[in-house]
Amino acid sequence: MLQFLIRRLTGAVVIMFLIGAFTFFLFYTVPQDFAALSCGKNCSPENLAVIRENLGLDKPISTQFWEFMSGIVAGRDFPQGHCSAPCLGVSFQSGEFVWDSVIDRFPLTLSLTVGGLVIFLILGLGSGLLAAWKRGTVVDKIVSGASIVLSSFQIYLLGPIVLGLLVYSTGIMEFPKYHNFTEEPGAWALGMLIPWVVMATIFTAQYTRMSRSTMIEQLQEEHVRTARAKGMRKSYVFFRYAWRGSLIPIVTILGMDLSALLSGAVVTEFTFDLAGIGRLAVDSSLTKDLPVTMGVMLFGAFFILLLNILVDLAYAYIDPRVRLS
Amino acid sequence: MSTLTKTEGEKAPTGPDSFLSVRDLRVRFSTEDGIVKAVDGLSFDVERGKTLGIVGESGSGKSVTNLTVLGLHNPKTTTVEGEILLDGQDLVTTPEKELEKLRGNKVAMIFQDPLTALSPYYTVGRQIAEPFMKHTGASKKEARERAIEMLTKVGIPQPKTRVDDYPHQFSGGMRQRAMIAMALVCDPDLLIADEPTTALDVTVQAQILDLLKDLQQEFGSAIIFITHDLGVISDMADDLLVMYSGRAVERGSVREVLREPRHPYTWGLLSSMPRLGGSTSQPLTPIPGSPPSLLNPPSGCPFHPRCTFTDKVSGDRCSTERPALGTGRAAACHLTAEQKQTIFIDKIQPRLR
Amino acid sequence: MSDNLTLPAQQGSTGASTEALLKVEGLTKHFPIYGGFPIKRKVGAVQAVDNVDLTVGVGESVGLVGESGCGKSTTGRLITRLLEPTGGKIEYAGQDITHAKRKQLAPVRSEIQMIFQDPYSSLNPRQTVGTIIKSPMEVNGINPAGGREKRVRELLELVGLNPEHYNRFPHEFSGGQRQRIGVARALALNPKLIVADEPVSALDVSIQAQVVNLLQKVQEEMGIAFLFIAHDLAVVRHFSQRVAVMYLGKVVEVGDRDSIYNRPRHPYTHALLSAVPEVAMDDESENRERIRLAGDVPSPISPPSGCRFRTRCWKAQDKCATEEPPLVQIGGNTAGHLTACHFPEEPTVAARSEDVVLDPALKTLENDGDVTKD
Repeated sequence: MLQFLIRRLTGAVVIMFLIGAFTFFLFYTVPQDFAALSCGKNCSPENLAVIRENLGLDKPISTQFWEFMSGIVAGRDFPQGHCSAPCLGVSFQSGEFVWDSVIDRFPLTLSLTVGGLVIFLILGLGSGLLAAWKRGTVVDKIVSGASIVLSSFQIYLLGPIVLGLLVYSTGIMEFPKYHNFTEEPGAWALGMLIPWVVMATIFTAQYTRMSRSTMIEQLQEEHVRTARAKGMRKSYVFFRYAWRGSLIPIVTILGMDLSALLSGAVVTEFTFDLAGIGRLAVDSSLTKDLPVTMGVMLFGAFFILLLNILVDLAYAYIDPRVRLS
Repeated sequence: MSTLTKTEGEKAPTGPDSFLSVRDLRVRFSTEDGIVKAVDGLSFDVERGKTLGIVGESGSGKSVTNLTVLGLHNPKTTTVEGEILLDGQDLVTTPEKELEKLRGNKVAMIFQDPLTALSPYYTVGRQIAEPFMKHTGASKKEARERAIEMLTKVGIPQPKTRVDDYPHQFSGGMRQRAMIAMALVCDPDLLIADEPTTALDVTVQAQILDLLKDLQQEFGSAIIFITHDLGVISDMADDLLVMYSGRAVERGSVREVLREPRHPYTWGLLSSMPRLGGSTSQPLTPIPGSPPSLLNPPSGCPFHPRCTFTDKVSGDRCSTERPALGTGRAAACHLTAEQKQTIFIDKIQPRLR
Repeated sequence: MSDNLTLPAQQGSTGASTEALLKVEGLTKHFPIYGGFPIKRKVGAVQAVDNVDLTVGVGESVGLVGESGCGKSTTGRLITRLLEPTGGKIEYAGQDITHAKRKQLAPVRSEIQMIFQDPYSSLNPRQTVGTIIKSPMEVNGINPAGGREKRVRELLELVGLNPEHYNRFPHEFSGGQRQRIGVARALALNPKLIVADEPVSALDVSIQAQVVNLLQKVQEEMGIAFLFIAHDLAVVRHFSQRVAVMYLGKVVEVGDRDSIYNRPRHPYTHALLSAVPEVAMDDESENRERIRLAGDVPSPISPPSGCRFRTRCWKAQDKCATEEPPLVQIGGNTAGHLTACHFPEEPTVAARSEDVVLDPALKTLENDGDVTKD
């Protein structure tokens, strides 16, 4: 197990390095003068030269690459001060360190993800299990039907409707806003509630359908039938035998969804005017703020790799065949 | 082994010894393509401590019958009619809660493929201990001891350590032994074994079959042994039921059915099967055609489209009238007893050399 | 029937009297296993087939039996070159095809055909029967007189299917009929050798005989040699003139049908034969020896040293662990009956004075309960 973990972590570091290198060369080899972009429309040649020097664009590409990569590991110095590791460079637009602006946005993204996750896991898996348990009955038909209708909804459609109902027309709730969790947890929860619910609705529908269908599949398994033939109670067979096997596909999808959410829930953030990682990514790419785009991308890649490892660990926990081979 | 040669008609419909009596069982599934008549008017008895073999090809209804005995069919898509009397209790009308108390306790089951029939997620020991705890109220520790005892009995080496292994750490034969241990853990009165050795190699199969026979002596359970293999059944069973298209077509002691078969389908099975002791210069005689669809079973005798002796029966009785299976030693065929005997001696027996 | 093909023991056995069509020497296939830490590397090998010698004469039917994991299917796939051998030599009609490239192999490929076990997965469900049977001719650029379609219709008729069903799809046929389509496809190129890998084991009992008879007809009337791979000893006996018994990647005994089934010498062949459940048609046939081995076949990743069967053998001695027995004709055997054993058994399958029961559970139960079989 430990061997496995070490191997996976080593692999993850290597992949992170490769992703870093790949994105660097992809962006820096495009024929575009970033100094000119940064300088704006009325740019004097002197200004341009200064900017170029400040951004380090006057140096050979190999030097730039080295500085970029070593900056991530050990930090680097910029004219505006020392950028400590992991240093992802300086924004062309704001002049801030990229890492700082990413980390600044992260609490919101994390709040959005975790809150939504709790809601859609409870509701989605719960109603999926209920439908599987009551398979073929009215309950199953209602749950399955509702999940199909809901999963065809979109956040940008559902969001404004909910805002219209709860905020604009009735004023029952305030417009979503992020508050610091440690300082004002009540306001935090209240401010995030609408985004959570709207985002979770879409995911709930998907997880309902998925957990229902994998449970039904598992209930057909021969070992589940054996458990029934031993006289075990229906609920015992359902939760101990069938549910265990359903976890594998659910965990797989959950890992992918989580890493996507952690690297920025773009649509949700725009719908509710929240400044999270997703917003940062879109803004930076619109303004061609290259270091920020790269930084966000590496940040997202980190979560994808991390969740991949976590999912594999979960497999080993769930299934002894994975653990013992 | 099969030394009980009963005289005909002795076996009354519900004899004093019959412990399980199935009467006119009809099982139907509704599918998208229509109603599947999986079992159609089946009756049989199992005596205490004896082995009833049920032989048939795929789709003959032999497995469905036995899932129905335990109530393991899907109640939403299946309709069950008739009676399944276990010690006088009709299982068809018994509620699920009561059935749970019988399953794994009074009636246990062994399935074909031990790899898929054991859960990959729990240890072998736990899977054996579970029904013991449930049915006897034993503690976890007692159940574990019992699991080790059962593993020893079925011949798993180092049972004290192997009890904590997962099924995938066992070989195929060992898994089936674990399955047998699981089925016998509550000392059942009836054991239903559904093709228990079909997935195994021949030398392992021989071990498992002998093990089942020896354990039956010790535990005194009755066994319903389902298989497609006449050789296996000849080795295992006391009585034999031949099934075709959801119906019983021939019944009797193993010796009677295999040595003096009376139904054309049984004749077909025997003469299409190569044997180690058979002649090699003589070609096999296959049954023409293929097994019937259960969605649309043939009228009259279900075997008539494949039968080569329908011309010996007057009129079109074979295709219009369903032949009845009498009680005791019997075959569901319109041929007269005399015809059956002459055809067997003149035409069939020479093929079985 | 054609009795001329049921050869007397001495003749069919040696392969000397018949011209060898296929000659396999020292055939070996090891599948590497990767693992280890921190860098994955080859840590071992599944010794699926190890140093196998086999010959198939022109028009001869040779059976290859053994239990799962004995390497019989792998041997078949090596011979048809679906797998690349690790070592040894495959000679077809005097030509070395062991490592022949695609181009060199082309003419031979059409002469060696294969029939697979599962008639459901081995036929493309989106092609019509006509296309399936025709495609080997197209691939090999063969244009029979009268056209390919006519030939396909002839083949369909030959295997007992309606030629009118040319345009039907596989799913419209039953399992037995699909296997006939597989046979027709194999025959399309007029092969000289057919490797049939468990051709009837997926079929119902009543259907098996139909396909066995068809294969027998093809073998006898068209003079096609067969390598018939199966685990069912009775089917192999019915079909094959010579039989090779495999255990854990090795041929342990080979000989003509009569020698193997009536006068086996290798303890494993004895165990295998005695394990076959047989319908007792008369009291005589119940007088067979009873041998019950212990446990399952060991892993081919680390097979036992010396004789691979020794861990389950009741006759094993120290020599068996140190010295691998060669596959030779031992004293008392007819020519061509080769056995790889240091301490061979008596050449009979009749019941012994005492059963050989190695299984510990059976031993305990049978001694305690006094249920010893007579």
